[in-house]
Amino acid sequence: MKFAVLVFPGSNCDDDLVYVLREIMGQSVVKIWHKDHDLQGAEVVMVPGGFAYGDYLRAGAIARFSPIMREVAAHAQRGGYVWGICNGFQILTEAGLLEGALLRNLSRQYICKNIYLRTLSTQTLLTRQLDSSKAYCIPMAHGEGRYYAPMNILKKLQDQDQILFQYCEADGSVSEAANLNGSLLNIAGICNPARNVFGMMPHPERAADEMLGNTDGRLFFESLLGTLLEKV
Amino acid sequence: MKVFVAEIEVMPRKEILDPQGKAIALGLANLGLEGVQEVRMGKHIQLQLQATDEAEAVQKTEAACRQLLVNAIMEDFTFQLHPQQG
Repeated sequence: MKFAVLVFPGSNCDDDLVYVLREIMGQSVVKIWHKDHDLQGAEVVMVPGGFAYGDYLRAGAIARFSPIMREVAAHAQRGGYVWGICNGFQILTEAGLLEGALLRNLSRQYICKNIYLRTLSTQTLLTRQLDSSKAYCIPMAHGEGRYYAPMNILKKLQDQDQILFQYCEADGSVSEAANLNGSLLNIAGICNPARNVFGMMPHPERAADEMLGNTDGRLFFESLLGTLLEKV
Repeated sequence: MKVFVAEIEVMPRKEILDPQGKAIALGLANLGLEGVQEVRMGKHIQLQLQATDEAEAVQKTEAACRQLLVNAIMEDFTFQLHPQQG
């Protein structure tokens, strides 16, 4: 399976993704500079975390004009897979490939800690092999991750089963206390209506190596790959 | 071609909680300044732009706001245009 990991000025989780995909998952990975125009035949485009363009204006707002984003939109339009994590999620919402926006955390704090995620929809490639009764322990690290969308869009996300992940307690229950950044409906990740573009704030790539003491994140990559391999 | 200056105000939408504003309100209260009931924080963006007339300058400013400067999901904007002085 071929992955492209995009690199913007200010990306800082690109190498973590390359490491997990190449060294742990054994996949073919190319890093693609944001000024390039070619996704080099990648089947999955990864938009990594970081602070693209220093988060100037709004997180993700300037990155969406990078030349490679035109190719990413065309790839998504053709049904190709795109997965944005943290700043990558912010970039995809700014680019209009995912609905809603990520606002400053309600607590006003940059929150960096392990949290629990529950899978709400298993009807995507990314989530098909995840267990919706389980809470996955995944690190979050962001200052602007409060998911917001107007009521009509929220309703659509619910009606069309586009909410992939919610912040939850260790036992999987969804509570206000577990919703550290103040996201509407505890939303931590969503997909587009065509179900081939995914965005999430927490970082599964930071919990995929045994050396780090938590491999819950690897399950997300295994889910994506397992289902992709099944399709071939 | 004339040169115009656009003074753009970008504010978080009314229905959206503004944590930055809340933090500033707290700071003001800590100063001992009484009677500040609410603080909301936005951005002021200044563009200097060339246009044949004011109508075109309005059009360009709106395009800049809608396509980049403002995210309509979370923000509202207003602007004033005036010819550049001197």
